[in-house]
Amino acid sequence: MNYLRTNIQEIESAEELQKVISENENVMVCCGRMGPMCIPVYEIMEELEEEYENVKFFSMGFDNPESVVIRNAPECRGFMGLPFTMYYKNGKVARATTSIQNMEQVKQHLDNHLV
Amino acid sequence: MEKIFDVMILGAGAAGLSAGIYTSRGKLDTLILSEGITGGQMVLTNEIANYPGVETIKGYELVAIMKRQAKGFGCSMKANVKIRNYHLNEEVKSVELEDGRVFRAKAVILAPGGRPRSLDIPGEKEFEGRGISYCATCDADFFRDKRLVVVGGGNSALEEAVTLTHFASHVTIVHQFDHFQAFAHAVEEAEKNPKISFILESELRAYVGGEKLEKVKIENLKTGEMQELETDGVFVFIGYQPNTNAFRGLVETNDRGEIVVDPSMKTSIPGVFAAGDSIAKRYRQVTTAVSDGTIAALSAAEFIRS
Repeated sequence: MNYLRTNIQEIESAEELQKVISENENVMVCCGRMGPMCIPVYEIMEELEEEYENVKFFSMGFDNPESVVIRNAPECRGFMGLPFTMYYKNGKVARATTSIQNMEQVKQHLDNHLV
Repeated sequence: MEKIFDVMILGAGAAGLSAGIYTSRGKLDTLILSEGITGGQMVLTNEIANYPGVETIKGYELVAIMKRQAKGFGCSMKANVKIRNYHLNEEVKSVELEDGRVFRAKAVILAPGGRPRSLDIPGEKEFEGRGISYCATCDADFFRDKRLVVVGGGNSALEEAVTLTHFASHVTIVHQFDHFQAFAHAVEEAEKNPKISFILESELRAYVGGEKLEKVKIENLKTGEMQELETDGVFVFIGYQPNTNAFRGLVETNDRGEIVVDPSMKTSIPGVFAAGDSIAKRYRQVTTAVSDGTIAALSAAEFIRS
């Protein structure tokens, strides 16, 4: 079931997330809602898809019960702002951010953690 | 010689997108460049119920439609760019991006909009998303049964404070004056809410905490006395400021930094127009931004054809 309406491919289950991060070296997942802090991040990801061919970009619904794996991730402890954005390298969380991020910040995380 | 657009619109909120719809539909070769997100503050609005012709619509849905309309008429769009330099006084105007790309046009419409004002106090960057929020719709449910502080005294602050009481155990409103700028009914509703208390004539001076926000330092503006208040979160609603820093000194702005325009949205530079929340005006609504954008587009078209 889809929770979001973006142009980024949406992950629908924890199993699918596991598959995606184990099959791809670099993965960015923005876990959020269709809200004002989340939409800018989806738009940035959409724009970066071409530039970062080495990274796979996905979204996941914060209200999807399956996204508990992100919501309860140890890297997200203390997070109290949507969206929760995860950067996975070789199946492991390389970086996690809370709340809105701008283009510069997202690029910095991609360049530093998903090389 | 690189391509010269007819019109370059700087900003992709309600004003910029409306201008883009009009100029591209008028067969003018149009580029919209935006340093922020497409849709601007419309995206920040959960539900828009007073846009004539549309009973109710989510802000982001209205943005998606306006974007589709502009693109459908042939408008080029680039969002989230970083602009390094503006050359607006020349006959062919240009902007230079951080990545070195240069875009040129015969006329420019400035529609940079505004952004939520922040307090600019210690701890702000550290605790954004870890206790500090600017969006109740987004983050309220992280604060179930928690203590909150709301900063501000306008309609947004008081209305959102009441909304937040549906989640939080208690909400303290901190406001710099001894009275509120909000409408009477909003003030009344907040005042009669048993979960809301007030600290007036006071300002936040610092956010304090460890992994997440734990307390705020508050100064009483009358006595100068400082107090610490334990809280799990702070929601800031202290109005908006125009995104015009880059244009000050280039076009005429007033003492609030708003761009001065005439009724046809002309700025102090020939061929440069402005529209939306960044201009000097009384009311800032999606409808007024759409109107400004339309007028600026028609004026730009007239300028190019004359």
